[in-house]
Amino acid sequence: MTTMRDRFYSVTEELLATDECAALVLADIGAARVRTALDRYPGRATNVGIREQAMVGVAAGLAMEGFRPILHSYAPFLVERTFEQLKLDLSHQGVGAILASVGASYDWAEGGRTHQAPGDVAVLDTLPGWNVHVPGHPDEVEMLLRYEMDRSGPAYIRLGSQSNARATLTQPGRFVPLRTYDDAVATIVAVGPFLDRTVEAVRDLRVNVVYAATVRPFDSETLLRVAGSQQDVILVEPYLAGTSIREVTETRGLSPRVLGLGVPRSEFRRYGNADEHDAAHGLDAAGIRRSVVAFLDERAPVLS
Amino acid sequence: MIGSMNTNTYTRYGYADLLPLMERMTGDEKHDDASTSTLDILWVLYDKVLRVFPDQPERGDRDRFLLSKGHGPTAYYAVLAAKGFFPVEWLDEFGAFESPLGHHPDRALVPGVEISSGSLGHGLPIAVGRALALRSLGSSSRVVVLVGDAELDEGSNHEAIAVAGRLGLDSITVVVVDNGSATHGWPGGIARRFEVEGWVGRNVDGRSHDELERALSAPAESRASDGTAAPLVVVARVEQRGA
Repeated sequence: MTTMRDRFYSVTEELLATDECAALVLADIGAARVRTALDRYPGRATNVGIREQAMVGVAAGLAMEGFRPILHSYAPFLVERTFEQLKLDLSHQGVGAILASVGASYDWAEGGRTHQAPGDVAVLDTLPGWNVHVPGHPDEVEMLLRYEMDRSGPAYIRLGSQSNARATLTQPGRFVPLRTYDDAVATIVAVGPFLDRTVEAVRDLRVNVVYAATVRPFDSETLLRVAGSQQDVILVEPYLAGTSIREVTETRGLSPRVLGLGVPRSEFRRYGNADEHDAAHGLDAAGIRRSVVAFLDERAPVLS
Repeated sequence: MIGSMNTNTYTRYGYADLLPLMERMTGDEKHDDASTSTLDILWVLYDKVLRVFPDQPERGDRDRFLLSKGHGPTAYYAVLAAKGFFPVEWLDEFGAFESPLGHHPDRALVPGVEISSGSLGHGLPIAVGRALALRSLGSSSRVVVLVGDAELDEGSNHEAIAVAGRLGLDSITVVVVDNGSATHGWPGGIARRFEVEGWVGRNVDGRSHDELERALSAPAESRASDGTAAPLVVVARVEQRGA
């Protein structure tokens, strides 16, 4: 099966071939997968070696001259190691780039803490005007990458090894209401690859489900339309728990109790695989169900 | 923005006017070392070397000058004002709430400023990106970066020095203003740090306009020993900080 990462490489190569403003800056990660493009477009497609700070600075220079650079690496090296470059070389200079990360919160659980970045979205949240996409399917990666190539601002696309069974996104940037009930007591916002498990977790509960593949800007308008003024809101995010709570509480017209499910802040010294980490953090279907039921208490009527 | 561009007056100002222009910012005759160390280098660049257009600061065929060492920018502002990038009256409001001229320059606020700097070690990597872009576009514009010897402490510079050398980005010229302020120094000399990465290095007196002009004006002839294209570093020695 094609992974998000496979699709990212193939679409990136196509964009480089068809759009002379497209640029790519790598820091070794992924270079072997786009070797043809690196050979064919030297200059606007460059591998700087294992130099993430330079990767961002070089991208900023390309953007200042009118190119639309794509950057790519493991999330911690792309976002955390380079944070000052993202803040100053991109945001402060007033130029943009498309950052596409792999590794997510703990895709390579055996790799340990160094290759895990549950805080990536929260870190970027300190910067102004970034689009943050968390696709849940390879088709959505393609849609969001093409969408961002036509824009000029800073953007982050968080690729992961976990994926939903099918693509759900229809319009980049907007939430997708999937299940709504007139008498629902809560609306759940399921982010990216956590959609399928969230739907499974609440399949017999009378709660609304909204899908989000873009979390910044946060589509408060759709959330408000679905949740109305009375419902509680539950966020199920595949990165640091509570990252988007403020987006909910600042939405005018909503006055919910909010539950923010996601990866805890504490360091978790276990290896294994991502599914095992999900289960340990209560982020598999059973864990999400437990948290939702506990939060809603007896107010979550079971579907008849 | 305060005021408007006046491109007709710049020829009135020469090198001798720079210190008085700087005094409009500092309010007296004291100039901190960070500002005056770059004064002659900046003047020679803008007066003799760079192809820039004060009345069209974003013209595509201009040379790009990136002041990476953004602290102590009064000499930079004085030169830009002298050359007509903005009215000299702006200097009087240096650092004020509504002034475009801060203690670190901001490209969003000041015509002719190519990068917003202040945090050290950002100019060189950005220069590499701009040089790659210009190469892709078939441009002959130069990318000139001014860094300080202490700024080279920041590791991000060394990422960029290696990449620029290996990719043969001969449109890049780095001027290192060397006032001996790096805490642990550079044994063997700063130029050597660049040369081992494939750069051509030149050492000059940072107060000699003739030496600076000669060293900075001949980048096309700079070639590494193996004949491949090479970026150029000019190490401009000035008096020790605090001397």
